[in-house]
Amino acid sequence: MTSIGTGYDLANSIFSPDGRNFQVEYAVKAVENGGTSIGIRCKDGVVLAVEKIVTSKLLKPGANKRIATVDRHLGVVYSGMIPDGRHFIDRARDEARSWRDTFKTPISTADLASRMGGYMQAYTLYQSVRPFGITAIVGGFDSTEEAPVDGEVGSGPACGAGGKVAGKTHGGPFLYMIEPSGLYWGYYGAATGKGRQAAKAELEKLDLGGPGGPTLTLEQAVKEAARIIYVAHDDSKDKEFELEMTWISGADGPTKGCIGRERLSVGEKALDEDEDEEEGKEEKMEE
Amino acid sequence: MDRLKKGEVNMAVTFKDGVILGADSRTTTGAYIANRVTDKLTQVHDTIWCCRSGSAADTQAVADIVKYQLELFAMMNGKPPTTQTAGAIFQEICYSNKDRLSAGLIIAGWDERHGGQVYSIPLGGSLHKQPYSIGGSGSTYIYGYCDANWREGMEEAEAVSFVKEALKEAIKWDGSSGGVIRMVVLTAKGADRHLYLPDTDYKVRHQ
Repeated sequence: MTSIGTGYDLANSIFSPDGRNFQVEYAVKAVENGGTSIGIRCKDGVVLAVEKIVTSKLLKPGANKRIATVDRHLGVVYSGMIPDGRHFIDRARDEARSWRDTFKTPISTADLASRMGGYMQAYTLYQSVRPFGITAIVGGFDSTEEAPVDGEVGSGPACGAGGKVAGKTHGGPFLYMIEPSGLYWGYYGAATGKGRQAAKAELEKLDLGGPGGPTLTLEQAVKEAARIIYVAHDDSKDKEFELEMTWISGADGPTKGCIGRERLSVGEKALDEDEDEEEGKEEKMEE
Repeated sequence: MDRLKKGEVNMAVTFKDGVILGADSRTTTGAYIANRVTDKLTQVHDTIWCCRSGSAADTQAVADIVKYQLELFAMMNGKPPTTQTAGAIFQEICYSNKDRLSAGLIIAGWDERHGGQVYSIPLGGSLHKQPYSIGGSGSTYIYGYCDANWREGMEEAEAVSFVKEALKEAIKWDGSSGGVIRMVVLTAKGADRHLYLPDTDYKVRHQ
């Protein structure tokens, strides 16, 4: 690399003459070495999945979960440096909590993405810190129903409020991906980590961004997500891995507006040998 | 020492297309009427308003803080705050300073998602969602009137007349209520102010 030895890659807060921040670019490299993470926004929910590389036979299968719950309706998965991801999640939980404290209502997926995008960007500015070595995928379902203010006394009047704008829908499934630079966009389908190229190619084949919204159902998306993690896995690099995934639906769906509390986690062998695995998954959706 | 007190009667009512706030205009210091044409209906966002009662200084200060917070909210989130958001911010201030405040508030607003809504925050800082709400010392005289005459889903003209008649009754019986009747109608079209004067027995709408 031409940047080596020039000194411009030694610290954040110093641009190279051609306008790059090398520390951020190195952080992206750290992400590119991590296990694949994907997110799918479908008609009635969001699915998050990650390829969890098994680094030692002494690690208990199914333990050490990688997908985290940030609030009742929000989940995060990430690729890259796991301790950085843990800190990211701690902060996301604080943000979700403080939003509830001030506004007495759950934070929207978009607002959380905005807060966390801002947080990660701050780590590209100062000498004393390094950027996050992760790219995070934030998935959530913002309530489509009318929810009371947290802590409101009583259930309020039985009659509805007058003057609502008819035909307007609110809330729904949302998906965002935040990069080490702090850049974040909303996505129909997102992939990061080692197998992102293959995963993105698979995601693009799904019907996620049609004019009438995605047609893919949550159930189909769960199967697709599992399949994509397998497609994206490179056997020649890492032999052992676990598939970890979770999903979230609206209030009328299987998870009742909350992120799945259980994390479906299966080892490679389990999925290869057991043809009935797909049915097993559907049962789990009734949690 | 007698401090400026006001909000001797005020109310907010949901109707078919939104919500109406109404109040008298008397501010007193003990028995002295310090202001006979007070505006107790205060805007905190485009279509979120509040009726202030209790200490004039306290309620003005609280409304100013909430107004600032809601403006900031609208800018940071790129969308207007809901009545619920306003109610939540008002409540937090009223509850956490309950020992130091003398403020009874009714928050009423219209937003795209929920339509017209009324929240009341009485002295202790609790938050109540209501189809309509009445407040201030004069309100004790109109509990019966409101219970007998309020209906769900009134037309705008009906709701305006309901509010006016209720306030007239409170002004008639309550010594510390009086002056003009002010109203604000909040709908999808925005905020519309009404003013009725006592010299025509509150019959004519002015302005």
